[in-house]
Amino acid sequence: MTGVALNHRTSSSDETLAPEALLAAAMVPPRRKRWRRAFAKISRYWLLAAFIIVWELVSTFGQSVNPQLDVMLPPPTALFSAAQDLWARGVLIMHIVDSLRRVLVAVGVAAALGVPLGLAMGWFEGFHRVVDPVIEFIRPIPPLAWIPLSILWFGIGDAQIEYIIFLAAFFPIVLNSMAGARDTDRYLVRAGLSLGARPHDLVFTVLLPGAMPNIFTGLRIGLGIGWMALVAGELVAAPSGLGYLINNARTIFRSDYILLGMVLIGALGLTLDRLMRHLMRIVMPWHRGL
Amino acid sequence: MARVDVAHISKVHMSVKGEPLVALHDVSFHVENNEFFSIVGPSGCGKTTLLNILAGFEKPTRGEARVDGEVIRRPGWKRAVVFQEYALFPWYTVIENVRYGLRRKRLPEAEQRRLIRHYIELVGLDGFETRYPGELSGGMRQRVSIARALAVNPLILLMDEPFASLDIQTREYMQDELLKIWQRERPTVIFVTHSIDEAIKLSDRVAIMTPRPGSVAEIKTVEFARPRDLTDPAMVRLAADVKRWLRRQVFDRSTNTIDATAH
Repeated sequence: MTGVALNHRTSSSDETLAPEALLAAAMVPPRRKRWRRAFAKISRYWLLAAFIIVWELVSTFGQSVNPQLDVMLPPPTALFSAAQDLWARGVLIMHIVDSLRRVLVAVGVAAALGVPLGLAMGWFEGFHRVVDPVIEFIRPIPPLAWIPLSILWFGIGDAQIEYIIFLAAFFPIVLNSMAGARDTDRYLVRAGLSLGARPHDLVFTVLLPGAMPNIFTGLRIGLGIGWMALVAGELVAAPSGLGYLINNARTIFRSDYILLGMVLIGALGLTLDRLMRHLMRIVMPWHRGL
Repeated sequence: MARVDVAHISKVHMSVKGEPLVALHDVSFHVENNEFFSIVGPSGCGKTTLLNILAGFEKPTRGEARVDGEVIRRPGWKRAVVFQEYALFPWYTVIENVRYGLRRKRLPEAEQRRLIRHYIELVGLDGFETRYPGELSGGMRQRVSIARALAVNPLILLMDEPFASLDIQTREYMQDELLKIWQRERPTVIFVTHSIDEAIKLSDRVAIMTPRPGSVAEIKTVEFARPRDLTDPAMVRLAADVKRWLRRQVFDRSTNTIDATAH
């Protein structure tokens, strides 16, 4: 009899909420002040900041050892004045906006085509059997190799550049979406069916949410590789963009512009990845802390 | 709420190498309306395969299973399933999990809300409606799973080792809770377990299965009034009898196989 009483007490302790909530409220410290929270958010960037400071010191004081260092590795302050210069002439914002637009359009199209294709490949074995050889045949061809043909097909302009970026971003998105669909928990499929779901209900209630973490991984990788392909895309026939800025600076021997272009691509890539992670937390609230 | 007829079911699985394996051999039994029926046996005796056939997840190689005379062909809400690992949708809150089947049945919004309220209270999860399964303990997850299954008003509740992943205290508590729910709602329950004690504590009748090939060796009726005390001498005797008998069955057979291969 005592045994019953005991197990009643232990198991009811995690069922009653109200006293637990009061207890929790009493134990959790009050929220930190706003500036403290803001500081906590940016404190993670101290290593990045230290890296930039070391770079500055090396480039400035290294010139006494190697006088060519101001060309070989311009310091961040030189990049800053180069940026001010380009900004004043109104071209910097144009380069940034054009590149950003091309990457977003290309990765957007890659996602719109790649996610459904990958999910279908992961879900239908018969479809995968036929499509997989095609995908794996095209995938190893470097986006760079497509440049001549893409100019023939699309001419000179945004479409050609976006096509190169699209090719780079498409495959990681397809393959990760496919992996997500393949990981679908078959017990969840069974649970859905035994609760009266029809197959097309499962697409939105089991397949898609289950594959979501992998889809996001694919999108983040695709976005990253898209930035990598940007310079290749803007290599030959672009009138603008950060890739154009880098290529053009090469011909006029402005290494500060080259590094500025590189740094801006890095910064934009980092910012977009942060946004993706933020979006991920909004779209998948259940995934937090799992 | 329904009668189940299982008639001469056999199931042959193919191994990865393509060798046939008889998982079930000529299994027949009936489950009465409102009955709590357990299927017990050691691992590998085909009890989960049998439950999968009753749920409609697998098709029998021979024979057929009927509910109220209708042959089971595919899964559906008339035979709701409670899984060992809960199989809750991690992306849905407690409420959304319970609502899943109601929405598929296209019940009116108000009716859905009423049923959700009722079943969440029935399993004692009020206050946890907006939590995700990942935030709940094992016992609580299984309550959600039970509420979700009962809410669609199934003819039969199929339970596949529902308490096997829980610690002993929680398991015993959940058994008592399940009995209370069953006595209030009176669904027909088919309950698969490897625990003879659990089967005897809960069931009206217990089908005992033996492995290789999986078949129902005996069906025992448990006549004791509920709630049952497993420490009661008569219950202890019954459980010991079943265990001894089952051990002899499984052991004798395996020695036979050893003899056969040695020969």
